[in-house]
Amino acid sequence: MQQLRLTRTRRVALIGLAGALAVSLSACAQSKRDEGAGGGTGGTMIFGAAGNPKMFDPAFNDEGETFRITRQIYDTLIQNKPGTADLEPSLAEKWESSNDGKTWTFTLKSGVKFSDGTPMDATAVCFNFDRWYNMKGAAAQSQMIYYGDVFEGFAKNEGDATGDPVYKSCEAKDPTTAVLNLNKAKGAFPAAFTLPSFAISSPAALKQYNADTVTQSGDSFTYSDYANKHPVGTGPFKFESWDQAKGEITLVRNDTSPSPAKLDKLIFKVIPDENARKQALKAGDINGYDYPSPADYGLLRNDGEQVLIRPSFNVLYLGINQANNPKLKDVKVRQALAYGINREQFVKSKLAEGSEVATEFVPKVISGYTDDVTKYPYDPEKAKQLLQQAGATDLTLKFYYPTEVSRPYMPNPADTFTAISEDLKKIGIKIEAHAEPWNGGYKDDVQKAGKQDLHLLGWTGDYNDAGNFVGTFFGREKKEFGFSNPQLFSALSAADASPAGDAHAKAYQEVNKQIMDYLPAVPIAYPTPAIVVGPKVKGLVASPLTDERFNTVTVS
Amino acid sequence: MLRFLVRRLLQAIPTLFILSILVFAWLRSLPGGPAAALLGDKATPEKIANLNHVLGLDQPIFIQYFGFLGRAITGNFGNSLVSTQPVMGEIATFLPATIELGMSAMIIAVVLGIPAGYLSARFRGGPVDNVIIVLSLIGVAVPVFFLGYMMQDILAAPLGLPSQGRQAAGLDATAITNFAILDGIMTSEWDAVWDAIKHLILPAFALATIPLAVITRITRASVLDVLNEDFIRTANSKGLTQQVVRTRHVLRNGLLPVVTTIGLQTGALLGGAVLTERVFNFRGLGFLLAEGIERRDYPRLQALLLFGAVVYVLVNMLVDISYGIIDPRVRVR
Repeated sequence: MQQLRLTRTRRVALIGLAGALAVSLSACAQSKRDEGAGGGTGGTMIFGAAGNPKMFDPAFNDEGETFRITRQIYDTLIQNKPGTADLEPSLAEKWESSNDGKTWTFTLKSGVKFSDGTPMDATAVCFNFDRWYNMKGAAAQSQMIYYGDVFEGFAKNEGDATGDPVYKSCEAKDPTTAVLNLNKAKGAFPAAFTLPSFAISSPAALKQYNADTVTQSGDSFTYSDYANKHPVGTGPFKFESWDQAKGEITLVRNDTSPSPAKLDKLIFKVIPDENARKQALKAGDINGYDYPSPADYGLLRNDGEQVLIRPSFNVLYLGINQANNPKLKDVKVRQALAYGINREQFVKSKLAEGSEVATEFVPKVISGYTDDVTKYPYDPEKAKQLLQQAGATDLTLKFYYPTEVSRPYMPNPADTFTAISEDLKKIGIKIEAHAEPWNGGYKDDVQKAGKQDLHLLGWTGDYNDAGNFVGTFFGREKKEFGFSNPQLFSALSAADASPAGDAHAKAYQEVNKQIMDYLPAVPIAYPTPAIVVGPKVKGLVASPLTDERFNTVTVS
Repeated sequence: MLRFLVRRLLQAIPTLFILSILVFAWLRSLPGGPAAALLGDKATPEKIANLNHVLGLDQPIFIQYFGFLGRAITGNFGNSLVSTQPVMGEIATFLPATIELGMSAMIIAVVLGIPAGYLSARFRGGPVDNVIIVLSLIGVAVPVFFLGYMMQDILAAPLGLPSQGRQAAGLDATAITNFAILDGIMTSEWDAVWDAIKHLILPAFALATIPLAVITRITRASVLDVLNEDFIRTANSKGLTQQVVRTRHVLRNGLLPVVTTIGLQTGALLGGAVLTERVFNFRGLGFLLAEGIERRDYPRLQALLLFGAVVYVLVNMLVDISYGIIDPRVRVR
């Protein structure tokens, strides 16, 4: 009994102690948080990112979550005007090309320094161009997706790099004049100079941290300390840390930047699950996040959050594979598909606000878009007639669509498939549905093997050039669409080689007309993705290219 | 005991070898592959083929396997394709979170499960028994991710508990061991300790539900068995107090199958942790694994799955050893 009483006393004491500890701990937590809130001048922004960055050397990157961060650390020569896909000066105050499009002269801002204190001048710009061109090793070159695409080759092609390089040389005429010489004109310029992969790094830091050393061992790559720990640019923020355990990337204000930030600190917190990002915003753990589900826009707004709609810079299309089903070679059948889909209804009921019916394969903000194309408004009767004329009234089509994925141009593939296939059934087409996981062979089957008759896919643009859309889709013979149209291929290649400006835009307008007559696929919609920030965040401008820069942001 | 341990260790080698082959073959049989996942939206079939070539993924599978084995024996499991960091470093970084979560869940399961099972057996057929049986059935039946989302949506806000993550964003807690609670105690950062505990509560309870239910059921069944044994009748007839009979005889003998269950459930926790960590964005090995599967990150998956196998083998050995401690007859055999 005595023992029992002691035990009880001890138990009560322990509970008391635990309670006291909990109270004092929460008091500590409270006091520390209060200190933090009143601290800095510009505040801290915590942004919920959907995925891990790969690393921070822009040259080896090609995906959005990494670019979101490198865009804050680095500047490019030219940038997109906030909220648009129009070009505006960045490190280059002015740029001009020679008449033949083979020489580009950049007049650089003077007195700009990298965050390590070294000068950002013409020598530094040329150092970067030379670095990309002279990059050695299959591992390094296979990771330079955008350089490979735009500049078409390296000094010595290794691994997957082939072709004749567009780049010839770069001359630093004086500290503020860099001249880029090309072997041939390229339609992607000047817009492609805005690509985050072509951001300008500090030559001193590149050398100090062996940035060019990319090695491959077994089935993986190893990058340098530059890429992982010491990225240096002229952007509004400086890299501070990448905490893998917490999934946090911390940037601090770069006071020497030509476009300095208002915030003291910018933290990217990786939260892969969309629902978890929403919860984190609601709980006040983060100040904003990307890729909110269109179904949540209303709820988020009711909670006082700001849902910022991005102007569309993508296109969703219904792919048609002529090689897999000979009946699809008849343009009348393809036209019947276009007339048979109620795209207005689909866009209204299934896509986010601001989305529009696509009339061609480039979104409206791209130069080269034209309203003067053949349009295919919803007309099921006409569709049936066309099928009859083509002798294709008993058509059965294998329709592939992806699962386990949500893309900016296709928030819900299953919904999209259902809506379109129901419309096609109404005009008498039988549909064989083939659902496949996105990372489980979908793209292999439709793009590599061409197993489908119809499929759903789309594209988000990289920079403001029509060639980045239509050239990618229809520039050559592809298993995805299974047609050969030499006339169209050469028109696209001529448009790509036309020098920048009005002639370039006109060339693409003509190509777009041609494409919509030939109708190799059916453009469905220009969806508008959104980005969401809390009520205390001011100054964030949603960009069609997901090119949001946080230097204008404040958190009150 | 030493011979027993050595024998078990030697048995583990062929087990791990066969597992490594299975893991390797399974990963490569998945459609998609890392190149497509790495290159993302802009990947063309040509680019994918080329990257596969650069990564050596177009070579015959046995050549790939022996290359992997050769590197793995020297401890080189390569770099993650997603994060580009060495996977062994990633495991070291993320393991503490999983241990923290798994241990918390197991403590909850054991501390609540054994008394619940015991009570259930003692009041067999009564309302307490029925309530416990129904609750444990629900515990086994409800999927972890569903429970996790329910907890996030319903409990997090009213209880003032964070619904995701392991630490508040921007909290500058010092990381020494990567065990958030331990680090906080070591550096006297009490706000970090409290923050870590708060972040642990919901995921630990979500992860604990299945082992809790299983332990409850096993304890109940085992205690019922023991209660019917002759030696309990003997103990009672000797005039021992109920307290002594229950703790020394019933519980001690009833715990043997429970210990086995705890061991097996600890292994199974790793599986549950994948979903729990994903739902709660709790950055441990399960989180790493889920991300690795989505992105077909071969190096990471190979290392993680083999690591899981090693843990499983070790846990089973510990279970065998604890058998010997609880029941001397096992040792004799």
